[in-house]
Amino acid sequence: MNGLENLRARSEAARAYFVARESWRWSEALPWVAAIAAFFVFPDYMALGTQILIAVIFALSLDLILGYAGIITLGHAAYFGAGAYATGMLSAHLGWGEPISAMLFGGLIAGLLGFVSGWVLLRYHGLTLLMLTLATAILLLEASNAAEHWTGGFDGLVGISIWPLFGVFENDLWGKTYYWYALGVLFLCFLCARRIVHSPFGRSLVGIKSNVARMHAVGTPVHFRLVAIYTISAAMAGIAGGLFAESNAYVTLDVLSFARSGAVLIMLVVGGVGRLYGAFLGPVVFLILEDELAKLSPEFWQFGIGLLLVVVVLFFRGGLLGAADALRDRLKRGRRP
Amino acid sequence: MQQALAATISILFDGVAYAMLLFIISVGLSITMGLMGFANLAHGAFAMMGGYALVSLMLTLSVPFLPALALAAVIVAIISIPFERFLYRKLYKSGELDQVLLSIGLVFMTTAAITYLYGPSTVSVPVPDFLTGQIDLGFSTFPTYRIFTIVVGFAMMIALWFGFERTIVGAKIRAAVDNRRMAQSIGIDVDKLFVLAFALGSGMAALGGGLAIEIIGMSPNFALTYLVFFLIVVAVGGLGSIRGAFVAALILGIIDTAGKYLWPDGGAFFIYALTVAILLVKPEGLFGKA
Repeated sequence: MNGLENLRARSEAARAYFVARESWRWSEALPWVAAIAAFFVFPDYMALGTQILIAVIFALSLDLILGYAGIITLGHAAYFGAGAYATGMLSAHLGWGEPISAMLFGGLIAGLLGFVSGWVLLRYHGLTLLMLTLATAILLLEASNAAEHWTGGFDGLVGISIWPLFGVFENDLWGKTYYWYALGVLFLCFLCARRIVHSPFGRSLVGIKSNVARMHAVGTPVHFRLVAIYTISAAMAGIAGGLFAESNAYVTLDVLSFARSGAVLIMLVVGGVGRLYGAFLGPVVFLILEDELAKLSPEFWQFGIGLLLVVVVLFFRGGLLGAADALRDRLKRGRRP
Repeated sequence: MQQALAATISILFDGVAYAMLLFIISVGLSITMGLMGFANLAHGAFAMMGGYALVSLMLTLSVPFLPALALAAVIVAIISIPFERFLYRKLYKSGELDQVLLSIGLVFMTTAAITYLYGPSTVSVPVPDFLTGQIDLGFSTFPTYRIFTIVVGFAMMIALWFGFERTIVGAKIRAAVDNRRMAQSIGIDVDKLFVLAFALGSGMAALGGGLAIEIIGMSPNFALTYLVFFLIVVAVGGLGSIRGAFVAALILGIIDTAGKYLWPDGGAFFIYALTVAILLVKPEGLFGKA
């Protein structure tokens, strides 16, 4: 009887642990308060702010597959670009410019692409997977370049005209409407991501990342789970791409480029992989530094970001948030006698 | 008919010259990746260093072309040693993500440093008279410099084959590629092999970078622009396989050149489609070990 009691107590403790893990903390309000405060403090930087929020959604989508499922990709821009082109072409060729449905259409197309490519690619590992993701994104870029009639090719897709949000709010010149729009979309995406990573499904992804052989052994349908999260991630990246197309009313091949796949990876790593809020901090730091430093000298910026990467990889594996955690732990330990 | 034949010969010739360039630069990457299992995206940066070392040697120190080419390779090989000792070595046991990020960081830093030192535009070097002009091979004439590149490429292939198959160091490297732990336990100093292979690979990349100036051009973006091509040669050929790198470079070089001549808008598409197709069927590459 004692054994059963013991087991029950232990499973109760485990349940309490997971509930505590998932419950909201006060500190989690911080980024949202900061985002709202930024609107009033830096009203002149709302265009940049909107691009940062879009980058946060994109980085969050990458965090789902990289940070939780451990899928390393050098071609995540494929889905961002697919979303951007889908949204843009819906408006430019079919004349549909309702922003929310057009953005969701971008997410849908990117999600479909993610499902198909994920189904094929996620059977591979290591360097082969890296090369396949990289080549797939470039393949899509070259295809968009060749399909000039549809995508505008090298010159970019023009003629995108987006209707006012809810039929009321125009996309103003200062990007104020779109800042709120992007913030709202980010909040919904974040709720989804947070729910996913704390769900049994999300925990099984972490299991796959940590020890794939054991997950096979306990009967987890590994490939199916990976394809599922890859599809969700691709759809979220597509939504970010759709927002990007709507806010700029212009799409170029650049949305599919290796530089964009690399940049989002760097943003996430600098912020902190596998910890939702890393996807918030990274793009803010990256894009503000880029905006400021590239004005001074592009070489300076490029050297700086290279050095930052090397330092993060060698000394701060958890990115900036990881470093902050380590610092907090050290302070706590220091205070104790 | 005559014209089509001439065009075919010209495409094949340019393709092979380009392929040899890709081979010289990438083969070192193939060996180091096969040996150390390091996803190194910074290999092109060493090729770029070689190109710019050649520029400095020739223009500032007025060293003649051929000695400068050899010297540039040696200099870059020596420069690469501390990179392996102090940076790469720390990450041999880490995952691919850390390796990719570290090497991308190094590419950015090299690119920025070279832009700062040499400016952002394309550079050139004075090629000696005996390498300029055309050579008549009976059925057609060919640019001497490209013939020189092809000869160097084949010479490297033969030298590497001899080095790997017929020398004791080569046998040790092959042993370490096949099974590092076993090689270590029979007393092979794998650490020393790593340094040697890394320096050798970087030196060859530098040689390729020097040769590339006259064929595909050299600018601070070289490492990033051709990064994908070097990786394709390695992945399609198979990690650690010299023969694989040679064949993959030939396929890539000839198809890419043909694509640029025949279908300028969509030629590159074909390369990537082929790469994906080959890797889907043979994930370990054409000549890689399963």
